[in-house]
Amino acid sequence: MSTDDTTPAPGLSRRKLLGAAGLGALAAGAAGAGAGYVVADEPAPAVVADPDAVPVPFDGAHQAGIVTPAQDRLYFVALDLTTQDRDSLVALLKQWTVASRQMTQGNDVGKLGAVGGSPYSPPEDTGEALGLPPSGLTITIGFGRGLFVDADGAPRFGLGGQLPDLLQELPGFSGDRLDPAISGGDLAIQACANDPQVAVHAVRNLVRIAFGRASVRYSQMGFGRTSSTSSAQVTARNLFGFKDGTANIKVEDRQDVDDFVWVHQDDGPAWLVGGSYLVSRKIDMRIETWDRESLQGQESIIGRAKGSGGPLSGGDEHEAIDFAAVGDDGEPAIGLKSHVRLAHPDVNDGAKLLRRGYNFVDGSNGLGQLSAGLFFIAYQRDPIKQFVRIQRSLAGLQNDLLNEYIVHVGSGLFACPPGVGPDGYWGEGLFA
Amino acid sequence: MKKHLAALGVLTMTAVSLAACASDPAETSASGDLTVSATDSECTVSAAKLDAGPSTFKITNKGSKVTEFYVYAEGDRIMGEVENVGPGLTRNLVVDLPKGTYEGACKPGMIGDGIRQTLTVSGAAAKPLSDSAELKAAADSYARYVKSQSDALIDKTTEFVDAVKAGDVDEAKALFPVARTYWERIEPVAEKFGDLDPITDGREPDAIAEGVDFTGWHRIEKQLWVEGNTEGMDVYADQLLDNVKQIVALGQDAPLTALELAQGSKGLLDEVATGKITGEEDEFSHTDLWDFKANIEGSQAAIASLRPVLEEQAPDLVAQLDEQFAAVDTELNQHQDPATGEWVSYDQLTKKQVKALSDVVAALSEPISQVAAVVAASA
Repeated sequence: MSTDDTTPAPGLSRRKLLGAAGLGALAAGAAGAGAGYVVADEPAPAVVADPDAVPVPFDGAHQAGIVTPAQDRLYFVALDLTTQDRDSLVALLKQWTVASRQMTQGNDVGKLGAVGGSPYSPPEDTGEALGLPPSGLTITIGFGRGLFVDADGAPRFGLGGQLPDLLQELPGFSGDRLDPAISGGDLAIQACANDPQVAVHAVRNLVRIAFGRASVRYSQMGFGRTSSTSSAQVTARNLFGFKDGTANIKVEDRQDVDDFVWVHQDDGPAWLVGGSYLVSRKIDMRIETWDRESLQGQESIIGRAKGSGGPLSGGDEHEAIDFAAVGDDGEPAIGLKSHVRLAHPDVNDGAKLLRRGYNFVDGSNGLGQLSAGLFFIAYQRDPIKQFVRIQRSLAGLQNDLLNEYIVHVGSGLFACPPGVGPDGYWGEGLFA
Repeated sequence: MKKHLAALGVLTMTAVSLAACASDPAETSASGDLTVSATDSECTVSAAKLDAGPSTFKITNKGSKVTEFYVYAEGDRIMGEVENVGPGLTRNLVVDLPKGTYEGACKPGMIGDGIRQTLTVSGAAAKPLSDSAELKAAADSYARYVKSQSDALIDKTTEFVDAVKAGDVDEAKALFPVARTYWERIEPVAEKFGDLDPITDGREPDAIAEGVDFTGWHRIEKQLWVEGNTEGMDVYADQLLDNVKQIVALGQDAPLTALELAQGSKGLLDEVATGKITGEEDEFSHTDLWDFKANIEGSQAAIASLRPVLEEQAPDLVAQLDEQFAAVDTELNQHQDPATGEWVSYDQLTKKQVKALSDVVAALSEPISQVAAVVAASA
């Protein structure tokens, strides 16, 4: 497609009429709240304003899609650069930024959009999101090690000197069965939205813009966010049926967000300050085996009650965990190899992660079993002190009991640059 | 190698003369008759400076391999070509060349970029054409390409059919991908004729689904590669040749418009992306890379015919197309044996090699998809 323009374009709203209707509904809702219920007046039924009609801001100090509230759906894609040309990489990042700003704000890609162009030309926008609201869409980009150096360590795109020290290959962990075809990548895009069609539309259009410069390595769809990133959200469940992310960093914990999510000035490199490291792990779950485990067995493996999410040491979901508590049998209430204990900051030098994972089901495996699991995503300031530290504690059959039911099959580490201003583009600090 | 044709007034004719009029390249301007002496390692045109206007090149093949002669304008746009000049034969090529710089190229063995010699044409500049005249010129140019390919298609299909009917399995297997090359280059023409295309180039699962007899190229391909014989193939062979001749005749009666050929240039890449990349076109013989290359060449020929229009309307697009066609050639040509012109069997490619081919085709398909709108805007 011809997206040679790299200047921000206002874009065409794919939902002009619907957008106006959304605002009208808001006004009607407000009026309804003020007025009492009067039978004789037959007031219009109170319409709840559509929260999906309000876009998540794209511009800002940090990229959206990290501490902004986790949406219901994910479409994640990793790409490899096929171009070797620095200018063409810069042009791609500029075009992606412009298109992403347009899409997250509920607009078509391009100046002419899905249906406004020449009848003989392929439309600039692919069109499947026409009429759909922004749906909370966020698009977040990350840079893999392969953007900076090739497999032999030789610099690419003149970026060798900009490679962050922490952007190493993740170490191997006991029990990993990583498939290179669904691991790594030079670039990653995380598109999250409350409507999967909106997330797919975003990725599809960005991939299309990249043809000739970058090629998809793998992609993953996810549903049912397994983490909440705000106290305003309820904790969702993973496919094992447990609440996942109870102890996650929440945007309201300003100190935690600052300490554990964003790269600081002193951390460097300069282009990454205000950004974050994204670790992705595709984790297959042995669903059928898990389902045959007793409730008590499941709860002691996790260390929490399945229903309430409360720790087995007592209390409701958000009760502090008492690792010293002892059960009727004289054993620790929270088992020494339970997931919640081994993942806890107290046993990991205080390390915390901002998790943003999603469940996935990729059909079935031909043996009557679901190909299902968790597409784990975590953001952090330092992947070695955080993800690697915690995963070392968890990995291996001698550790987390959960490992009997899960296997890590894909892995990625990406450095996500800070946010951009209205005229900026992703990764601009790299090319300054 | 690039096989496209665009030219004003190209005529090819076979001469029976075996005369070998070898002479040294003259530095003086020449008009009218020129000779081309082609061997397996040399290509000598009798003059390097020509007058504008029609020139006749008399090409004599003194080598041991079948050769071709081309006159290229900038960007390898073909002004004229003569194919299939066998050892010892002489053929004539008449080309009307406006002022400019060209290259004459012999291609011994019919592969590679050829042995080239610069030709400088001076004299009156060509009269500029109006927009619509340019589109007409593009369509005419492509029609001439179709004509040259059609002739070779009928020749090679006849040879293939003869080998099948003679029960010569090895010869038939060798000719199958060669004859199909000419077919695949001009596939958009065949696709215009809805009922003939499936019975000529249909696949077995579709025939079964439609409840019709499985016929055409791939029926014979299956017999040759799966059964290793030609039993019962006579009827399919005769029918194939009849259908190919019919498609050629229909195609010449209804040449593609400039817009159709713009769409055809994209259609050929879609063929590659959907049929060749997956290896499903030639599922028995695995000769997909021959078809792959032919589709690319056909697409390039259509773009070459449109080149003057595109250069005027969208020069950046032309630069992009040149770059991406070159990238496809580089990726693809490493799978060809430069000595024999044979392509690697498609089932021998690694997943990584197929992905690399898919990437370069996708990269070319994006700018190609913009061509039709440029042509439509020029009308």
